[in-house]
Amino acid sequence: MDWNFIIFSLVKLAIIVGVVQGLVAYSVLAERKISAWIQDRVGPNRCAPPFAKYIPVLGPLLTRWGMFQPLADGLKFMFKEDFTPAGVKKIYFFLAPAIAVIPAMLTVAVIPFGSVMGNQKMVLADLNVGILYTFGIVSMGVYGIVLAGYAANSKYPMFGGIRSSAQMISYEIAMGMSVIPVLLIVGNLNLGKIISWQADHGWLVMYAPIAFVIFMVSSFAETNRTPFDLPEAETELVGGYHTEYGSMKFALFFLAEYSNMVSSSAMMVTLFFGGWTLPFWGLDHAATSLGMGIAHILVFLVKMLFFMVVFIWVRWMFPRFRYDQLMDLGWRTFLPLALVNILITALWLWMRS
Amino acid sequence: MAITVDRKPLTFWEKLYLPAIIGGIKVTTKHAWNTLVKGKVVTMEYPEQKWTVPDHYRGAPYLVKDQEGHTKCVSCQLCEFVCPPKAIRITPPGDAGAKADRTNAEKMPAEFEINMLRCIYCGFCQEVCPEEAIFLQKDYSLVGTSRAEMIYNKEKLLSLGGVSPGIQKWKLKLDEAKAQENFPVKL
Repeated sequence: MDWNFIIFSLVKLAIIVGVVQGLVAYSVLAERKISAWIQDRVGPNRCAPPFAKYIPVLGPLLTRWGMFQPLADGLKFMFKEDFTPAGVKKIYFFLAPAIAVIPAMLTVAVIPFGSVMGNQKMVLADLNVGILYTFGIVSMGVYGIVLAGYAANSKYPMFGGIRSSAQMISYEIAMGMSVIPVLLIVGNLNLGKIISWQADHGWLVMYAPIAFVIFMVSSFAETNRTPFDLPEAETELVGGYHTEYGSMKFALFFLAEYSNMVSSSAMMVTLFFGGWTLPFWGLDHAATSLGMGIAHILVFLVKMLFFMVVFIWVRWMFPRFRYDQLMDLGWRTFLPLALVNILITALWLWMRS
Repeated sequence: MAITVDRKPLTFWEKLYLPAIIGGIKVTTKHAWNTLVKGKVVTMEYPEQKWTVPDHYRGAPYLVKDQEGHTKCVSCQLCEFVCPPKAIRITPPGDAGAKADRTNAEKMPAEFEINMLRCIYCGFCQEVCPEEAIFLQKDYSLVGTSRAEMIYNKEKLLSLGGVSPGIQKWKLKLDEAKAQENFPVKL
């Protein structure tokens, strides 16, 4: 047994899970704030624990920014009654939130969020098949939603589940196809290697812009975000697949959605925007000091937060797609486009060699 | 009968969703800029900022004093009688009670209670009052921690009500009478 490996992995695991949960909590706040700004409102600015007003300047300021709102939201979810409606299929009803959350949390494992600190690689699992692992896990996310829709034994969740299964399966293909040009160019499935290739040759978004667009749109669809939020379309399906859920079980679906957002932003950064590297200030090679290690993690976080903001921003920009338009876009536009993109990339690489 | 709406087929650019995307970015950034940088917000942060209510607003009914600080109410109990939800309750002074603290009035109420939880702000009390002693004023957020606290007594109603804005009916009458007394009778 390699105790060193186990201990460091556990520490990294704890930190990653903590950071992702924190990001999820605060991206909910960001969602509310950004939507407020776009809609000429103020957003949450009242919620504060009783001691906040005794902190001189910081307390009121943080209250104004709504920094305590996620705490209150979380507490609210915890103290709500965990209600199970009559007529649900109990086992599946309880299982569905867990099945939705687990894949969402698992995908983060392979993402290199920094170079090295000390002699520890800043990635939980440095898999040689990183991308394949991600796609495998992401495709499991649909089960939670479908199961939730089925277990609730009610028509609107059922619709939500059906829509989501169709949508996620369709877009998974386009998404998988869109990454192939990247793999062709780099010639490696390891995410760490993809990043170091980008450090040497420049960001992959310049080599495969179409692949990036397809990947981004597909990841919007995969995470059930607007304009592809058909599974939880509030105006059509009450609440979609989580209509019958409340309390912490509902919070788990929420958590799953936002951690999916976190992991797909992380994937976009890793695959197309150079991961933790920056082409200047000597940040493009593995860290030699502790400070540089931290700088790499910060660079990664900033890039990721940018895409999180894009995710949130897009939600308040576009109306929802109609079901047939969604399918049309997935199957008749993105799939052929991705195939042509693969062909062109392959031809270009063949010409160069 | 169903009406078929003619829809123009989309142009190539529109099919790419690009004009829609650019339009969306434009509109959202404009609004975010206006809120964040220029501070143009439609939200009214309620307890700190409040609506200015219109002049004819019907808020909570309070008792008013006249310009000399005397109680205008003469305990006639018309408002108590007319009040549809029976929110007003007047205790008359009785034979041994205190007399009115102004001229031209016999009595004033020993106690005057309005249950603000029952009051429906209809304004009948104001309409029926012969002395113009009760007015619906502009308060609309009455808060209390118990039911008992929401029953406002005479003292509270008078202090909240302030001074009557209207004319002093009885003062004019008094002046008139005095003028008549002093009328120089020429024989």
